[in-house]
Amino acid sequence: MSTALHRLKALLRPEQLLVRPEQLAAYESDGLTAFRQRPLAVAVPETGDEVIALVRLCHELKLPFVARGSGTSLSGGSLPVAGGVVITLNRLNRILRLDPAQRIAVVQPGVINTAVTVAAAPHGLHYAPDPSSQSICTIGGNVAFNSGGAHCLKYGMTSNHVLGIKAVLATGEVVEWGGVSRENVGPDWCGLFTGNEGLFGIALEITLQLLPKAECFHTVLAGYCTLEQAGDAVSAVIASGLLPGAIEIMDALALEAAVAAVHAEYPTGAAAVLIVELEGPREVVAVDRVRLDEIIAASQPLESRPARDAEERLAIWKGRKSAFSAVGRLSPDFIVQDGVVPRRRLGEALRRIGEMSQEVGIRVANVFHAGDGNLHPLILFNGRVAGDLERAEQLAGRILRMCVEMGGSLTGEHGIGVEKNNFLPDMFSAAEIDCLNRLRDAFDPLGIANPGKMFPRAEAPVLTQHGLHPLEKAGLISRE
Amino acid sequence: MNPTLTPANAVELAEAVRATPRVLAVGAGTKPRLSAVSCPKLSTLKLNGMIEYEPSEFTFTALAGTPVRDIAATLAECGQYLPFDPMLADAGATLGGTVSSGLSGPGRFRFGGLRDFILGVQFVDGAGRIMRLGGKVVKNAAGFDVPKFFVGSLGRFGVLTEITFKVFPAPASRLTLLLAASEIGSALKILTTASSARWEIEALDWLPDASSVAVRLGGPAPALATLAQEILRRWPGRILPVAEADALWAGLREFERTPARPQGQEKTSLIKVALAPENLPAFHESLAALPDARAHVSAGGNVAFVTVADGTEVTVLDQQLSAQKLAALTLRGASPLWLGARPNFKITAAVKVALDAGNRFPGLDD
Ligand SMILES: Cc1cc2nc3c(=O)[nH]c(=O)nc-3n(C[C@H](O)[C@H](O)[C@H](O)COP(=O)(O)OP(=O)(O)OC[C@H]3O[C@@H](n4cnc5c(N)ncnc54)[C@H](O)[C@@H]3O)c2cc1C
Repeated sequence: MSTALHRLKALLRPEQLLVRPEQLAAYESDGLTAFRQRPLAVAVPETGDEVIALVRLCHELKLPFVARGSGTSLSGGSLPVAGGVVITLNRLNRILRLDPAQRIAVVQPGVINTAVTVAAAPHGLHYAPDPSSQSICTIGGNVAFNSGGAHCLKYGMTSNHVLGIKAVLATGEVVEWGGVSRENVGPDWCGLFTGNEGLFGIALEITLQLLPKAECFHTVLAGYCTLEQAGDAVSAVIASGLLPGAIEIMDALALEAAVAAVHAEYPTGAAAVLIVELEGPREVVAVDRVRLDEIIAASQPLESRPARDAEERLAIWKGRKSAFSAVGRLSPDFIVQDGVVPRRRLGEALRRIGEMSQEVGIRVANVFHAGDGNLHPLILFNGRVAGDLERAEQLAGRILRMCVEMGGSLTGEHGIGVEKNNFLPDMFSAAEIDCLNRLRDAFDPLGIANPGKMFPRAEAPVLTQHGLHPLEKAGLISRE
Repeated sequence: MNPTLTPANAVELAEAVRATPRVLAVGAGTKPRLSAVSCPKLSTLKLNGMIEYEPSEFTFTALAGTPVRDIAATLAECGQYLPFDPMLADAGATLGGTVSSGLSGPGRFRFGGLRDFILGVQFVDGAGRIMRLGGKVVKNAAGFDVPKFFVGSLGRFGVLTEITFKVFPAPASRLTLLLAASEIGSALKILTTASSARWEIEALDWLPDASSVAVRLGGPAPALATLAQEILRRWPGRILPVAEADALWAGLREFERTPARPQGQEKTSLIKVALAPENLPAFHESLAALPDARAHVSAGGNVAFVTVADGTEVTVLDQQLSAQKLAALTLRGASPLWLGARPNFKITAAVKVALDAGNRFPGLDD
């Protein structure tokens, strides 16, 4: 047995260290199922001190480690590193403090996103970031990826809700930044740490801000003859001065799939469906909804209807949230991207995606956060057809480059991971990438924390196939 | 006398950085303590102007030396605003200085502070390299979030040249209430209860004269009138006439309401203390022991701007803050830059090396 394994064993109880191939199999890949890598071992710490000891040992032995929450990363963030150890944090799943007067929760990294809202609900509070994987993904993973959701326009991403972080850095140093206060003095270390993609260290305790639950919602669903018209309606809503909680669009292919999957009732014959949701105190929503209804009526939808009650609202969202998995079922394999374009160029971006898709003969479904210009093109292909995967990957690459050329971003919320690292130079200059690298070296001089992620590298890991996440296949989660 | 360099653009600024072994960027100097270091200064005042503004994107990019007052005016023409009420706007504070000092005003209560609206930066590092990190769109997760790190970093890690922000549509109208709260117990009760209420309050501040809590609502006028009545049924108070309300918030933003001593008497410090509602009772007690101290408790009890007499009062305050594990920063006056609790981690020095290996910019302790 290797020295590394001996030393790891000395730190943990036998059942906390998984080394047999059948035990490791479950950790070989994450939500980006195209990549697989068997780690040397999987460590299952139960306390923060065990995590610290593990990281310090990795540092001493120069042993690569990958932190892992629920393994739902869509960019290969939690893909193991050959010869390295996976440190899985699911057992650190306690909410350490929930204080309604301060409106905060202090949680361990393995706490599931929705568990925070469930715990806060009796106090009329909620945790705003709502990735569609929220019933399964962890706060530690959300912090590492600065995850988003459907409500980012108004409430921001994970980072906007993280007030304090206790972490063990890759050097073994334990740091504590921020705390219960929403304000801070000195550099914003929590801001820098959030979104590090597991390259700086492991978050051990996270202080989250909680917000009052919105009292009232007004959710409108509108169908349009063309995607462009739906896009114009978004522009009109934005220009009106309203600040909706969410603005989402689904295209025809996504609609077809959603209708088939959850029997969602969407306008028939629509090429695109728009969902706009207002929220706030009932008196405010009562005024704003009149404006919104006028704007939607003027945008010439085929059909539009507001949700009349909570049940109809949930039905609209259910269709929306299931759309991705539903589209996934139309095809044996798929790739999902999450590039961002300036909102005013959404129509153009979608048209070009459509053209590129025709050109290469690969179908693309679109379901996206229109309010943020955050696309989620789902590229459908069949891995068993020769050349299909390569064509799909090429198309994905062209879409990403288009987003950057339009002045947008490679990723709105899924992160760079191992999936888009070779595109980083499209967005950043060599000097900028050097700068990011120097920062990474500051946190991790030995390069042991999640190596091979985010930064461009010579060789890509081996691709196998794309498809639904096992949890999606089981119907446990769906993606946005 | 240390010279002040005044580059006219980012390239000149980078050259100036490379040519000066030790240098610190300054904006309008509205928070003088933050740049009270003996070294040549690099003024951003010529880097002035909004360079991109797309109302339909909810974003703008401006040069670092642009006064936030001008930015606010441009945004207002399109019915938009920076929801965190940038401090010292009337005093001429620049965008870069506002980011570097990490100062947000009362409006940060509802949608978050400056850190929650910054999207991207162009900056010059200690080696004189011009770089752009973050993005120009409202959502971006590529690369480390260096823009956020620059918030509150006091120009010690790089010089900002251009900054991209997210903005929001301004509410159709505003309404301010003054609720009686002359002692800490009643003030705290209002702050914590109102924070979780359905009203979606924009700003929630305990005023420096410790007489009342000011509540600002934003939204359609008829709705606000109803909400205000509900709040007034809960706590005694009154609705402020618009002009009075505007003057109140402007005064708070400009720190005009927090003078520790009669006008003209110098030797006081203005200090920002990060805290939480739970810290308020002990914090309030410490201040009560300092005859010249006054505090503006802002953002629902999450920050206090304190004025105290320099010298012994500061020393006592420093000890009290340390005991309460609160961290503070001096914006004006002769007090030490940092007061109270200040954990020191090795990573701070390592990141300084990553961005400014030659210590061209002063350190956080200089
Ligand atoms: C069906 C589906 C829908 C999704 N929808 C969304 C969506 O709407 N919005 C969105 O943003 N994302 C979405 N995602 C992506 C994914 O769920 C998020 O990235 C999520 O935050 C990952 O959480 P996790 O617990 O699964 O983390 P993992 O996948 O286990 O890990 C993600 C990264 O975090 C690191 N990490 C984990 N824990 C820690 C820790 N404690 N400290 C430091 N680093 C750590 C890992 O090393 C890895 O790099 C979706 C994924 C799926 C499969």
